[in-house]
Amino acid sequence: MAYEFTKEDLKEIEKIKAKFPEVMPATLPVLWVAQKRFGHVEPEVQKLVAKTLDLPEAHVHGVATFYTQYYKEEKGKFVLDVCTCLSCQLCGGYDILHYLEKKLGIKTGNTTEDGMFTLNQVECLGACGYAPMLQVTNDKYVNHLTPEKVDKLLDDLKEGKEPEYEKIGMPRRKNI
Amino acid sequence: MSTADWKNYEPVIIPDIKDLDKIDVYVKNGGYKALESILKDKKKWADPKSVINEVKEANIRGRGGAGFNAGLKWSFMPPADGGPRYLACNGDESEPGTFKDRKIFEYNPHIFIEGALIAAYAMEITTIYVYIRGEYKAYIDMMEKAIADAYEKGYIGKNILGSGYSVNFYVTYGAGAYICGEETSMLESLEGKRGYPRVKPPFPAQKGLWGRPTTINNIETLAHVPSVINRGAEWFKSVGAENHPGAFLYGISGHVNRPGVYELPSGVPVLELINDVAGGMRNGKKLKAVIPGGSSTPVLRADQLDGITMDSESLRTVGSMVGTAGMVIMDEDTDMVDVLWRIAHFYHHESCGQCTPCREGTGWLEKILLKIKNGEGEVKDLDLLLDLTTQMEGRTICALADAAAWPVRYTINRFRDEFEARCKKVIKASNKAISHQS
Repeated sequence: MAYEFTKEDLKEIEKIKAKFPEVMPATLPVLWVAQKRFGHVEPEVQKLVAKTLDLPEAHVHGVATFYTQYYKEEKGKFVLDVCTCLSCQLCGGYDILHYLEKKLGIKTGNTTEDGMFTLNQVECLGACGYAPMLQVTNDKYVNHLTPEKVDKLLDDLKEGKEPEYEKIGMPRRKNI
Repeated sequence: MSTADWKNYEPVIIPDIKDLDKIDVYVKNGGYKALESILKDKKKWADPKSVINEVKEANIRGRGGAGFNAGLKWSFMPPADGGPRYLACNGDESEPGTFKDRKIFEYNPHIFIEGALIAAYAMEITTIYVYIRGEYKAYIDMMEKAIADAYEKGYIGKNILGSGYSVNFYVTYGAGAYICGEETSMLESLEGKRGYPRVKPPFPAQKGLWGRPTTINNIETLAHVPSVINRGAEWFKSVGAENHPGAFLYGISGHVNRPGVYELPSGVPVLELINDVAGGMRNGKKLKAVIPGGSSTPVLRADQLDGITMDSESLRTVGSMVGTAGMVIMDEDTDMVDVLWRIAHFYHHESCGQCTPCREGTGWLEKILLKIKNGEGEVKDLDLLLDLTTQMEGRTICALADAAAWPVRYTINRFRDEFEARCKKVIKASNKAISHQS
């Protein structure tokens, strides 16, 4: 399949390039633009990024494979990144991961047969106070997970309803 | 204010003010006054150096974990030569247990922007980048908006507030790599490359972004700057612990009733942070252990915490560090073998692979710990692990190997019984002293 950026993408890429004195720094943000457009950055997409920025393919491949958030292959429609690191481990992150494995009928790292969900275990997402938690497809955080909350999330996602940003209020002084 | 008065401390960075993230509300509450002062009040601030001196005097110790005096760091920049100079603000926070800078992005982005602008003026910097971890999509969007608003109001851009000083400010972001929080790795990533830490020297002040003078500061560190300018270095030094002054954004997580981020003076007793601030232990359980400042800082047993306060001096007396003040609290049911294995897994996953002792060492740490966790270890494996840590520490380009080695060494030393109990063969002849001190 031949991948092409749209006119809007190219406009955004120009804006990105303007932030830096050279073109190479645009590599990471343009890989993000590509992933948003195509859903992944498999080798053919990496080639498009290299061509668009006039950079060596090897360079773009090197960058794409260094960073975990770039999908080097096609994923499910929704990627569920469950944090199991330290604070999440202490607060039941693995229970949530195993609950999802059972519920989706897949092992961590795999995608459901209908292509709907990919389940991953990830390192600290910086939401330690709101554990256990997960991130949906590199975007919204879903915090304070319970089996019930996971059920609801999956039902919503199946209907195409993505989670809203969860604003977590500051701890108030009067409580101290 | 002594640390005993911490309950009377009025938060400055994340105060209880509605909609403070909006620029008008921030300005109404005295925002951008410090920037205006340094740009226009020539009697008070004769030149950029006078700003550096004040910040140096305040002794804002870097809140990203290293604890280096920010003003002193600024003073390392060589004299301006007319070429580009950069400030790179480190918003990559990824150290397990750390979740504080996101609160600034969300609740008070302009205090950070103002701090960064003051830093930029003081060092005669021409371009500012804020590098935010890729997972913080929501906060990247919030910062884009805040910076656009500050441009529109004339606090960023050409001829700021008619002062003749101009600077650009851009948001940039990663894509998932803990190592990019290491300052030179962040520069590589900003330059569009794999995040491999650089060999130092040359230090970034000499050769940073694109070979030009660059200073890297943590987000919280910069957020402290406006109040140092407004209230003076003496005020800042009067808050909290003498040798580690100012407020901390304490991130408290784990087995407590009220986890969260709390702005309080440095030097608050650890036990008061757990019991009074974070509402005590969940389900009435007993406290077992505390990791005081992110996963790399040495763990402390509950019996080591009497009278210990959250500042570098006090924590040093029990063999730990303040790090990022991201405190992870563990109750009596916590399995320390599991915890340590998970920390080792993290550092193995995040090692960039450049240096052999780290690339191979982190893998061995994880492998051996997994074996012990599964009940297949031997007591001699514990000594092998301790030996491994000494083979990693101080032998690599950056501190990731050290960060991986410390928790292994100190968790084993401080919970040795628990590790031995998990090992299959306890070799009676082993005459290694089993000590809880260290």
